[in-house]
Amino acid sequence: MATHAVEVVYRGIFQRTLARNIVRQIVFAARKDGRIGTAFGRYSDSPERNGIPAKQFAVVCDTALELEESLAVYEASNVDVTINLDDAMCKGVESWAWYGLQPINELTKPGGTLVVTSRQDADSLLEDIHQKDSAYDLAIIPSTVSFSGLWVYKDDHTDMRVLGTLCKVCPELVSVEAMLESIKEQTGNATKVSSVQMAFDRSSTRTVEPGEGNSETPFSFEMPGWKTMEEGVVIRAAPEGGGFRGGEDGYEPGRNEVFKKWSTRSMRPVINFETCIKCTLCWLQCPDTCFDITPDGLYDANMESCCGCGVCEAVCPVPDCVTMVSEAEFNDNSSQWEAWTADKDSYNKWSTVLVEKQKTETRTHGFHHVGGYDEEIQAEGV
Amino acid sequence: MATVQTQLYQEPKEELISGSEAIGIACALADVDVITAYPIRPYDTVMQYVSRLKADGAFDFDYIIAESEHSQFEIVKHASAVGARTFTGSSGVGWFYAFEAITVTAGLRLPVVAMVGNRALDDPGAFGVEHNDAMAVRDLGWHLYWVATAQEALDMALIAWKVAEDPRVLLPFALSCDGSFLTHSQAIVQVPSQDQVNSFLPSYQRGSLQLHPDNPITVAPQVNEDWLMEIRKQTDEAMRRTTAVIKEVYEEFKQEFGRGDPSPFIEEYMCEDAEVILVGMGTLAMPARVAVRRMREAGKKVGFLRIKFFRPFATEEIQQALKGAKGVAVIDRDYSYGSPSCGGVLFQELRSAMYPMDERPTMLNFIAGLGGREVQVRDIEEMVETTQKALDTGKIDQETTWVAVRE
Repeated sequence: MATHAVEVVYRGIFQRTLARNIVRQIVFAARKDGRIGTAFGRYSDSPERNGIPAKQFAVVCDTALELEESLAVYEASNVDVTINLDDAMCKGVESWAWYGLQPINELTKPGGTLVVTSRQDADSLLEDIHQKDSAYDLAIIPSTVSFSGLWVYKDDHTDMRVLGTLCKVCPELVSVEAMLESIKEQTGNATKVSSVQMAFDRSSTRTVEPGEGNSETPFSFEMPGWKTMEEGVVIRAAPEGGGFRGGEDGYEPGRNEVFKKWSTRSMRPVINFETCIKCTLCWLQCPDTCFDITPDGLYDANMESCCGCGVCEAVCPVPDCVTMVSEAEFNDNSSQWEAWTADKDSYNKWSTVLVEKQKTETRTHGFHHVGGYDEEIQAEGV
Repeated sequence: MATVQTQLYQEPKEELISGSEAIGIACALADVDVITAYPIRPYDTVMQYVSRLKADGAFDFDYIIAESEHSQFEIVKHASAVGARTFTGSSGVGWFYAFEAITVTAGLRLPVVAMVGNRALDDPGAFGVEHNDAMAVRDLGWHLYWVATAQEALDMALIAWKVAEDPRVLLPFALSCDGSFLTHSQAIVQVPSQDQVNSFLPSYQRGSLQLHPDNPITVAPQVNEDWLMEIRKQTDEAMRRTTAVIKEVYEEFKQEFGRGDPSPFIEEYMCEDAEVILVGMGTLAMPARVAVRRMREAGKKVGFLRIKFFRPFATEEIQQALKGAKGVAVIDRDYSYGSPSCGGVLFQELRSAMYPMDERPTMLNFIAGLGGREVQVRDIEEMVETTQKALDTGKIDQETTWVAVRE
């Protein structure tokens, strides 16, 4: 008698099919081992929005009676394996289903495993991943983060590599033999079967000790009750705002104190303040009013409210003045304008490196022109 | 009326599907002629699934995406009148928007089968399950069934057409499916073969009531007070007759497919010697059954009664199931503001059903899981403890308790 649970943390829409493939294949493979399971998405994550952190689950049990406990729930209460399909979410996730920041390993059991697809190494990821009281394992699948869209699916075998790794780190969930047989049956594709086997053979884990990792306390807040909530389903407007960072000059809009967007973005804008012509377009077009107007009339993207949509990059008329860069490159949410003001040379060097790196990386979650998907596939040689 | 006989399942097959997808497959196996749709979550999951079957060429039917829920229900009503087997559905306020069409469907004795993906009524907009949406048809002549598993969704859909279209009945059938827990969770489901379904489910024959040029009739003229009461009485009699038809069809189903409960109307779980019986509907059964097992292990005599058919309400069976209990804890995933004891709808019905009994159990009401809030095992254990306390002290502190609500 045993129950095993897996959560897949993914970017809404961009990785939905990928997450769904993984949880369904787990249940199919477990059938081959004579076990029974269920696969479900966290309901409040849907309807999905582009890039919002979301979750799907697979729960596998020895008997149907045991499985009853995992039906009619939104989330597994804890999981043997957490699979994170975008390393930027190692910083934690906020979703439609969750208020505040949930550490990526929140549900991972003591002794369980966190699997991440990433080009980063363990130490780098652990700068973001919050500490836990108990030890667990970390497995990294070395790969570029796999993003697709609502109508397209990039069949780059990320699902197969995750499943192979899963069989290695949690053989009690499902045996690799059952997985290989099931993948063969479900896909009829020998290359996929070998991808599973290869990932199984190559995967390794590293133990994360109690207290190891990011020591920040995740953002949280108290939800009001029926006696303290305003009646009539009323929400008061945010205050109007005022001068930049509390000063006389510039402008900073009032913002919701509890609804943050840190983990919503998988990329963030990096601004070149030297070439900015103060045309106001980024400030005007930003759907989340994330640009603060500095005392010198520049525009500083506030990372408390940037959702990473990339509209600012799209509307900016100056080449490379606004560049969307992988969120995984950053460990904090501090102000770029303040960094630039403090030391312009260092900032300019830092930002140039990031912008140039971005040009050679394929990480993107949008296809900005017709044919972009084909180009990406060719570039990656998939 | 479909030109291509569906051959999606030549052999029985095990599938990993949600309750909504199970109903979509049932539509294909039942060779439904007309499906109408208007998107609203969670009903839209059925829409998406049947769209895919149609796009894949696996299931041939007339698929009409209406401009509103009202038209959606009007269209199946008319299609049903000309002899088409129909399916539709909605959720929450979408279901309410269709209400004029929903009431006349029962009045005209049209056996439409609808799925209600249970969803909280706006405002505020919320996706989670509440039962108030489907409950609204309880007085109108619709069958109203609460499903607990994806397997049951498929099975009951097949049963629904057979019962609703029976010439002794001719009343519409609503399958209530808890949003998320049933509509969006994928479970292993045994899908029967097309041949099995064909031998169980006859085609829909409306006979002399069919609207057709060869059978000139008028449907639904205006009437005055000289007519209406007799027409209402006809519907009442049809609703009385359906109880026997449901039993008969359920037995046939069990024989054909080899699965099913002892009763189509209720599910008794460890009720036989129970001193406290919990009562609830839909996917509440999952945490309730787990809680009952745990409390049994601790030596407490607790049972769970799941009401499957809310309409027709199986008064006698329910009386029999509850009569041995000292305490009954009714879980409502709905509300009825200002009702007796400010309790839920299921509670009112059960208390009314138990009133003629010589020995009536102590009955308490628990409003839980509104807007889709999870009803957890420990919530249910607390309900039993509260009921036990009332039995021990002989005193009821409050008849209706809101469970797990933040103060």
